[in-house]
Amino acid sequence: MALRLAGDFDTSYAHDMAIIRNRGQWGMTIAFLIGLFALPFFADGHVIGTLNLIGISIIAVIGLNILLGYTGQISLGQAAFMAVGAYSAAVLVKAGVSFWLALPISGLVAGLVGLLFGLPSLRIKGFYLAMATLSAQMIIPWFFRNVRTDIFGGMPGLTMQPPRLGEIVFNSQATMYFPIMLTVVVCVIAAKNIARTRLGRALIAIRDNDLAAEVLGIAQFSHKLRAFFLSALYAGLAGALWAMYARTINPDQFSLLNSVWYLGMVIVGGMGSALGPILGAAFVRVLEEVTVQLAPVLSKLFPQLEAGLLAALGPITFGIALMLFLVFEPRGLAHRWELIKAAWRLRPFAH
Amino acid sequence: MPSSTSTHAPLLQAIDLHLFFGGLSALVSVSFDIRPGEILALIGPNGAGKTSALNCLNGFYRPQRGKILFDGHDLTHTPTHVIPRLGIARTFQNIALYTGMTALDNLMAARHIHMRQSMWASALYFGPAHREEIAHRRVIEEIIDFLEMEHIRKAIVGALPYGLRKRVELGRALALEPKLLLLDEPMAGMNVEEKEDMARFILDIHERRGMTILLVEHDMGLVMDIAHRVVVLDFGVKIAEGTPDEIKSNPAVIKAYLGETVNSEQSTVNSQQ
Repeated sequence: MALRLAGDFDTSYAHDMAIIRNRGQWGMTIAFLIGLFALPFFADGHVIGTLNLIGISIIAVIGLNILLGYTGQISLGQAAFMAVGAYSAAVLVKAGVSFWLALPISGLVAGLVGLLFGLPSLRIKGFYLAMATLSAQMIIPWFFRNVRTDIFGGMPGLTMQPPRLGEIVFNSQATMYFPIMLTVVVCVIAAKNIARTRLGRALIAIRDNDLAAEVLGIAQFSHKLRAFFLSALYAGLAGALWAMYARTINPDQFSLLNSVWYLGMVIVGGMGSALGPILGAAFVRVLEEVTVQLAPVLSKLFPQLEAGLLAALGPITFGIALMLFLVFEPRGLAHRWELIKAAWRLRPFAH
Repeated sequence: MPSSTSTHAPLLQAIDLHLFFGGLSALVSVSFDIRPGEILALIGPNGAGKTSALNCLNGFYRPQRGKILFDGHDLTHTPTHVIPRLGIARTFQNIALYTGMTALDNLMAARHIHMRQSMWASALYFGPAHREEIAHRRVIEEIIDFLEMEHIRKAIVGALPYGLRKRVELGRALALEPKLLLLDEPMAGMNVEEKEDMARFILDIHERRGMTILLVEHDMGLVMDIAHRVVVLDFGVKIAEGTPDEIKSNPAVIKAYLGETVNSEQSTVNSQQ
């Protein structure tokens, strides 16, 4: 049961349902948002670059969390749906469409493709569904590599012009930061709203007891499809932003390994929580960054280490972190955060 | 009493139901009516086909032969998730709650069929979705009040004790606002006090909300106390139907429950109440 601050009582159902509950929390939220969007004016390009990458990952992971965390359907194709979004954006921009219009369209296109690959969820569950979504991960990058190379650029991929808004050209980390973070904020709020209303409850009902949900009037299949659609829509948005971020996209950027990383982020962050994807994506990306920074230091300290081992440092650390989380904190960082918050509110008592 | 049907026409008619699982016959030519406004009990020894009959009524199983008519609809081919929209809700013998959600959300999830908001309205939240959530929250709070579960409103149901989970499940079925409530062993595994609480809730639901109830239950004393009529199944066959008093003295029922020697055992049945 969520603990509340002393003296914080409900006065109406609207108040009970509110996320931001009092003036202090409103103040903190506004201060956080101001800080978030003021950051590029202070921080250096490298930090902003990492934050951009984290932002893009957060969007993809939120999508996966809707599918895996709330609906209980596993997908190994999140990176492939990102590819659909990235290629849609690149092709649309090439055709003369503004990136700002291409962004939502890319989301919708990816959503529809996700819907298609969600169809097997009608009949299969769990491990078998994972294998079925793996087909998306196999087919989609293959498609972009081998089909209509005149449109999709084949193996070398596509290059996208940086988007513009009036005089501003979004070609630096600091300028790209704004559209990315704005999308992240919108995506986080939308996901939280979905989770706390009719659709979210239906999805969780299907996760917790699909037969009971059906008997109580929640059509399983159409809601699973909605979850696949939303999940891929988020991936598509992330993909379109990735196209802006990376400027050159090719099929190898959207491999099975990336999909697995997103799964790992959902687990590390905490499945089925609104905060989880943010913490998970941030944690894994920062961990990755640390290992990248650490590799040259290590090679200086221990010159006898092989270069190959240092290159594998990232995946090894990620693998170990994931295992440790599964064993010691399977409910993820979000759960740990809840515990810390509860302990703080109960202080100085233990219970 | 439900307004759409007259007192005499049955709310639900199960006609000649046959249900087989491979070579095993779960139901053989079972027919019964549920009259509007009554509490009908479905009893029988273990494996008699009570839960199978219930599962047919809400589309969980499809009988190989026979027909189910409910309030002017033929349920035989109605998709399972549409049946609650027509007005049938149920609870499960082995509690089938959404364990990861709070008690409140479990009940709100049952309001699904009464809510209209689209996926996009949900994502936007402010405006229509917000108003709809509050309107349905009001309905739910009445049920929470009615079932005396204010204290567990925000508890995750997976962590609740058995008796309370049964109550949450009853609340969830009520939140659908059905015309017909199917209760599958609502008192199984409860102590005397909890059973009395549950019996009181069932009678209250029946009286105050005018709901028609089909009750599957093993506790004979309780069934005889609260049911208006009783249908008895044994090995998938209906062996008796009538008022509790008729059932108590029905030789076929006594035989099904207690074996052959009628006279000496009849007193045992009576003494159970």
